[in-house]
Amino acid sequence: MGRVAFVGVTKRFDDVVAVDHLDLEIADQEFLVLLGPSGCGKSTALRMLAGLEDVSEGSIEIGFRGDMNNVEAKDRDLAMVFQSYALYPHMTVRRNIEFPLKSRHVPKAERDELVADAAQSLGLEALLDRKPAQLSGGQRQRVALARAIVRRPTAFLMDEPLSNLDAKLRVQTRAELIELQQRLSATFVYVTHDQVEAMTMGDRIAIMNEGRLQQVGPPQEVYDRPANVFVARFIGSPPMNTVTGEVVGDSIMVAGTAFPLPGPLAAAVRAAGCAAVVLGVRPEHLEIGAEGPLPATVVVVESLGHERHVICRLDDGQMVIVRIQSDEAVPAAESTVRLSADPGQLHVFDAATELRIDA
Amino acid sequence: MISRQRRAREMSLAYFLLLPSLAIFALFVFYPFFKNFYLGLFRTPPFPGLPKTYVGFDQYSEVLSSSEFLNSLRTTIAFAIMTVPTGIVLGLGLAVLAHRQLRGVGIYRTIFSSTVATSVAVASVIFGTLFNPVVGLLPWLGIDPRPPILDNPDLALPAVAIVTIWQTLGLTFILMSSGLQTIPEDLYEAARVDGATPTRRFWQVTLPLLSPTIFFAVVVGSIFAFQTFGQIDLLTQGGPLKRTNVLTYFIVTSLRQQNNDGKAAVLAVALFSITLVLTLIQVRVLERRVHYA
Repeated sequence: MGRVAFVGVTKRFDDVVAVDHLDLEIADQEFLVLLGPSGCGKSTALRMLAGLEDVSEGSIEIGFRGDMNNVEAKDRDLAMVFQSYALYPHMTVRRNIEFPLKSRHVPKAERDELVADAAQSLGLEALLDRKPAQLSGGQRQRVALARAIVRRPTAFLMDEPLSNLDAKLRVQTRAELIELQQRLSATFVYVTHDQVEAMTMGDRIAIMNEGRLQQVGPPQEVYDRPANVFVARFIGSPPMNTVTGEVVGDSIMVAGTAFPLPGPLAAAVRAAGCAAVVLGVRPEHLEIGAEGPLPATVVVVESLGHERHVICRLDDGQMVIVRIQSDEAVPAAESTVRLSADPGQLHVFDAATELRIDA
Repeated sequence: MISRQRRAREMSLAYFLLLPSLAIFALFVFYPFFKNFYLGLFRTPPFPGLPKTYVGFDQYSEVLSSSEFLNSLRTTIAFAIMTVPTGIVLGLGLAVLAHRQLRGVGIYRTIFSSTVATSVAVASVIFGTLFNPVVGLLPWLGIDPRPPILDNPDLALPAVAIVTIWQTLGLTFILMSSGLQTIPEDLYEAARVDGATPTRRFWQVTLPLLSPTIFFAVVVGSIFAFQTFGQIDLLTQGGPLKRTNVLTYFIVTSLRQQNNDGKAAVLAVALFSITLVLTLIQVRVLERRVHYA
């Protein structure tokens, strides 16, 4: 068990910078989720940690061993679950789970015991003599997990382990993984592009985009205080509404309507000295009412059963989404509504740097 | 439901479309095959001009139990044992070496597969020169090859085997390389993270997953080995002391030099049976093989 860390890690593939000066420390027993859109460098970062890719610059630290750059994957004492599961097709489930132990010359009696334990904790006892081709997707995923937990490595690396499961199984396995991590008291580094997985599973989320780390923090903090426009739009479903506006005094003008900012935030925006800003507000913090300051036209209403998403067009053409409860009145499409926002729930970003301006 | 009339119409169309290939097969495969079997039932007279005599299966049992045939069969099997495993080990070795992302590896792949473009005749001439007791490799190295390799009863067959291994190496290399490419890269990555050394990865991942390819190469290689003719004809003519008298060469000499078409026909049927058995094994095993999902 132990910590792992990226220290100024850069990965270049010829001219493409896949990971750009990544600094990230993952504490012992922490569940860290590396989150980002495809191609953001999160998988490359994980693969560098595993030793499957060389580091172009910087260093990887695992446990209390320092620079691991010259340590081969097989000697890094990590376990990894692949998106494809990468089960050995010619071996039975038992031999698949046993493989990491055999590689490390664990004696037979101990091996049998560890395999039985791992199989039992993932409910695979009945499948031990089957081959991967005879298993369902969910069962294969469990075998891949069992092969990882059969040892007690410094850390577990997971590369989108749930993405090949159907939606129902994914939700179930998500909870089981959290439980597993707590039971093992293990360090997990978990790569995903699914922000729901990130929000529900991680102790902390590290969000990456275009090779750069955007923000690291506990899920709620990242949700409440996104560090930049990218994070604001990436976390949350439906995503945060971001509209461009102009700073006029202590207010922000959006589509001809002034949104007054609370005192401290107004002061911060003034201090930042930017003329154009991006105003962000989450769909649940917008309200549809007769009194609201911002006129908008309803484009479409999506019903999800427990809530509705009202997609509106502002007078200047920008689109916003309003989340309403299913028992609230549903505005008709093409009708004009008035929107209001809770001033305490406004997020302001510098339009030029896209960075958050904080009160 | 398809009506009976329509089905009949479709069937007759199917047979009509099959007709050309059926005609070609009948003319060049089925007719010669049965005619050859039939020829084996007649003994060729010792002097030309005399009538053939029908002897039924006597000639079959006679020829197939003769020491001449058994020696030839033994030579052929020895030849297959010399060429097939060695060729596969070498081809696999080169394929594993060339199966990596390195700058310039394409040049090596081209070199390793180049013998595909070499004919048996060219290979025989090259090695015939190398084995030559006057201008060959050994005298150049200062070793006096006496008797010359191709005239040495103990070395002639291994020498022809070397030519064959070299000539088929390109094909084996290509087969093994394409086999390697079907093994998903993430299995190797998983094995690396699982702590497997390169040797263990080879024995536990590469070799088992390549076994269908290796099996195919063994069967096809054996069939090729049993049909070897060109290099024997060009380098040793079955000698010295008939030590390189493989089946195909034996058939040809029976026919051309002894003009004994009855005996040659029997030998041809024997060779056909061996090849048929090898092919059936191949088909059966490949059919039963578990396909990895």
